[in-house]
Amino acid sequence: MKLLTHNLLSSHVPGLRPGGGFPLRIELGHPSELPPEPLPNYEADEEFLRRLHHVLLEVEVLEGSLQCPDSGRRFPISRGVPNMLLTEDEA
Amino acid sequence: FYDEAEARKYTQNSRVVEIQSQMSERAVELLGLPEDRPCLLLDVGCGSGLSGDYISEEGHYWIGMDISPAMLDVAVEREVEGDLLLADVGHGIPFRPGMFDGCISISAVQWLCNADKKSHSPPKRLYRFFSTLYTALARGSRAVLQLYPENSEQLELITAQAMRAGFIGGMVVDYPNSAKAKKFFLCLFVGTSGTLPKGLGTESANEELHQAKFTNERTRFRNVKGKSVKKSRDWILEKKERRRRQGKEVRPDTKYTGRKRRPHF
Repeated sequence: MKLLTHNLLSSHVPGLRPGGGFPLRIELGHPSELPPEPLPNYEADEEFLRRLHHVLLEVEVLEGSLQCPDSGRRFPISRGVPNMLLTEDEA
Repeated sequence: FYDEAEARKYTQNSRVVEIQSQMSERAVELLGLPEDRPCLLLDVGCGSGLSGDYISEEGHYWIGMDISPAMLDVAVEREVEGDLLLADVGHGIPFRPGMFDGCISISAVQWLCNADKKSHSPPKRLYRFFSTLYTALARGSRAVLQLYPENSEQLELITAQAMRAGFIGGMVVDYPNSAKAKKFFLCLFVGTSGTLPKGLGTESANEELHQAKFTNERTRFRNVKGKSVKKSRDWILEKKERRRRQGKEVRPDTKYTGRKRRPHF
C-alpha cells in the first residue's frame, strides 16, 4: 500500500462521528526520512519534493496495521494489502 | 467469490482476459475523463488486476477493492500498478469524501445481490455500497459499472438503490440485439447531469428504446400530458416540493403522506 493511498483511506465502520475514522495511524517500526513539518518554502525545495515524492509514491507499507483514531480498531496489512473486511456486528 | 484454483484459471484464460480487457476499455471510455491529465480511479471488484492493467496503460492511477484474497494474491504476483484492498464493498467504500475522479467495475456489482449472510439483505448492501461510493467520488465524476444482471428485477433493484444514493444516470446497453455480445454498463453521474452516452451497435432510430434513463424525479403514474395523476401520492409530494421551493411552510413528508384514508373521509 502506497502512502498516498493511506492519505485517502478512512474507517468505514458505521457509527463514527462525522469526519471520523481518519487519519488511520500506521503502525510499524520504521522511521521516516522526512522532517516532521514542511518548511515554509517547501514548493521550491527540490530535495524535499524529491523525498516527498519518494515517500508518497515509492514507499510501500508491506506489513503492519492501520488504527482508527476514534475507535482504536485495527485493520491489518499483509503483503502490502490492507484487510478492510468488517465483522458481522460492525457492518 | 473465487478461490485459488478458480482465480488462477480465470486470469490465465485468454478469452476471459480479452473480454475483460475490452470491457475495461469501454468502461474507461464511458467515464469521459479529461484528456490532458492522469486521474485517480476506483476499481470495484478489481480481482487479479486485469481491468487495472488497462487503467495503468491509459496513464491513470487506481486503487482496487476485492473480496477474494486468492484473486488479490494473483494481482500482487502480477505486480499491478494500483494499490489493493481486501474488502467487501457491501460494507461501504472506506475513503474520504471526493477522493476519486471516477470509478469502474467490471463484472462485479451483481455479486452484491447474493444474500450470502443472513444479517444483511441485498438492498441494504447495495444502498451502503452506492451511498458510500457517491461520497467517495468527486463532484462531476462518474461511476461506470459493467454487470451481468440475472433478470430485470435484479436490474431494477440495483438501479433503484443507486438512485436512492443520489446518483443520476442510466443504463447503456451495447449490442442489445446480440445475445452473445450484449453488455450492460450502468453509468452513474455525481452532481452534474451529463448526457447519457450512446450504446454501441444500435441504429440511431432505435437508440432511445434501448436506454433506460432515470433521474430523481418522480415519473411514475405520469399521464399523457406528463403530469402526475391528480391527488395521487406522487402528485401530493410534487406539490409539496413546489411549495417548498416557493419558500412556503410545508409539513415534512412521512409514511403517512398521501396514504389511503378510511372511506368515510
